[in-house]
Amino acid sequence: MSVALAERLDDATRDASSLRRFLAGLPGVDQVGLEQRAATLATRSIKQDAKRWAIDTAISMVDLTTLEGADTRGAVRSLCAKAVRPDPQRPDTPSVAAVCVYPDLAATAVEALAGTDVAVASVATAFPSGRSNRAVKLADTALAVDSGATEVDMVIDRGAFLEGRYGDVFDEIVAVKQACGDSHLKVILETGELATYDNVRKASWLALLAGGDVIKTSTGKVSPAATLPVAHVMLQAVRDFHEATGELRGVKVAGGIRTTKDAIRYLVAVNEVAGERWLTPSLFRFGASSLLNDLLLQRRAKQDGHYSGANYLPE
Amino acid sequence: MARSDRVGVAKTYKLYIGGKFPRSESGRSYPVTSESGAFLANASQASRKDLRDAVVAARSAFGGWSGATAYNRGQVLYRVAEVMEGRRDQFIAEVRDAEDVRPRTAESLVDTAIDRWVWYAGWTDKLAAVLGGTNPVAGPYFSFTVPEPTGVVGVLAPQRSSLLGLVSVLAPVLATGCTAAFVSSDARPLPAITLAEVLATSDVPGGVVNLLTGQAAELGPWLASHADVNALDLTGADPEHRTELARSAADTVKRVLRVPEQEPDWTSSPGIGRLRAYLEDKTVWHPMGV
Repeated sequence: MSVALAERLDDATRDASSLRRFLAGLPGVDQVGLEQRAATLATRSIKQDAKRWAIDTAISMVDLTTLEGADTRGAVRSLCAKAVRPDPQRPDTPSVAAVCVYPDLAATAVEALAGTDVAVASVATAFPSGRSNRAVKLADTALAVDSGATEVDMVIDRGAFLEGRYGDVFDEIVAVKQACGDSHLKVILETGELATYDNVRKASWLALLAGGDVIKTSTGKVSPAATLPVAHVMLQAVRDFHEATGELRGVKVAGGIRTTKDAIRYLVAVNEVAGERWLTPSLFRFGASSLLNDLLLQRRAKQDGHYSGANYLPE
Repeated sequence: MARSDRVGVAKTYKLYIGGKFPRSESGRSYPVTSESGAFLANASQASRKDLRDAVVAARSAFGGWSGATAYNRGQVLYRVAEVMEGRRDQFIAEVRDAEDVRPRTAESLVDTAIDRWVWYAGWTDKLAAVLGGTNPVAGPYFSFTVPEPTGVVGVLAPQRSSLLGLVSVLAPVLATGCTAAFVSSDARPLPAITLAEVLATSDVPGGVVNLLTGQAAELGPWLASHADVNALDLTGADPEHRTELARSAADTVKRVLRVPEQEPDWTSSPGIGRLRAYLEDKTVWHPMGV
């Protein structure tokens, strides 16, 4: 695929109609085969030392998220404290990758996380629906970036995508990427609204071509959110994109991942589909809130030899 | 087709966790035989991960169940007795097979079990009055005590009495507002599975009761050391193992119910000792006349 693809990639971004041609030319997803492979890989058993490693790796990949209308500055500050030291009684527990908040609370998170390795991610572009005009979306992005967020999670315009106005979606991502400056851009495809795996593949390539540093499954506000087959399709896209261009792009899965078992299944998928290289927080993330506590409980169970309880962890 | 040609539909006996009937995560099962050795069924053999899931389910159900009004809990438990009554014949057959008793004895055991459930159902809204109250104190305070449920209770159910014994240890847990993860009798699990079906079709919220069939010797240590279990009933444990289990329970300050060396005669009146065991006293001192 790679050489021919590389040539086609240059051509793809020339204008809206060449983009449409490129996306239409992507091979269709074999739904049955994909789901079967995802299900088979999900049965793989990870035990003992490998599980210990997987738990710590997964913790370091978490984007600890709070995206509620009722978020307060106090809640964000305590979430930041938890992000830095997830399990205060076990100082060897790794910190999470980032804290993810709404843009108006990004400044609070930046202040609380100053001097730590934990990044601040902010959603933007009229999250979660993305229903607003370009100017508002860019202003939203600017608010996040000016507040000090080093990662921006944007949503694509699913309406435009489903109407087939790929060029508009592309231009919007490019504009937001520009507004991000040095900040990392994660592009949320909201796969639960894209209806087919073929669309997920198209949207993934579209976002990668437009310059998204990471493609992300979902906002967490729509069901179904992240699923293993969808993650497979997106991991294939970043792998093929890397083969064609040499550039490393990441994947973030978000929504509905609550247990260590789920998280480990995703890690297996990352290793098998994209490759070992992607098993790092800079290229793979979990967007989650309750997942972290389950990871910590399992970590404690491994260390203590008996099961622990949520009462022993901070909220 | 003649009636005798019909292929019967054999039941799969599964666990009951979080309101669902899953197979064991381990995929294991074991044959259950009657006291006389006849094959009855294959039951799931729960693993420690099933136990972990059961405790998680019990913990997440605790808020709702303990927060329900005592009146509501009583109604729900009474409803369980109603559904048990509807399954009376099934219970009698299962108890007869499991315990190898005469039909009339089995009948009496099942009736006593249903009556016991009703008896405990009646206690839900009386506990606060009997075990709590106002305290006469020598100071300008209004002091009162209310009993509150302890939390998640781990139960190793009686090994011999498959239904009456089980009801006698389980109903008090629910009546106080606690939730339960219990390991049924190893050799006689079938009445417990039917009871789980009764609970699933009554109004008991999923996760309030979680049934594991399997070996108390295998699951007991994990239950006793589990930091998220607040109280422990070791009735079904081998008496030789009880001290060790109680010791590992002490690491997380569990309430460990004092149980007799041998299984008691479950037909006699139980008293409120088991209810008291799963309640914590909260005492409030309210300043007055200042």
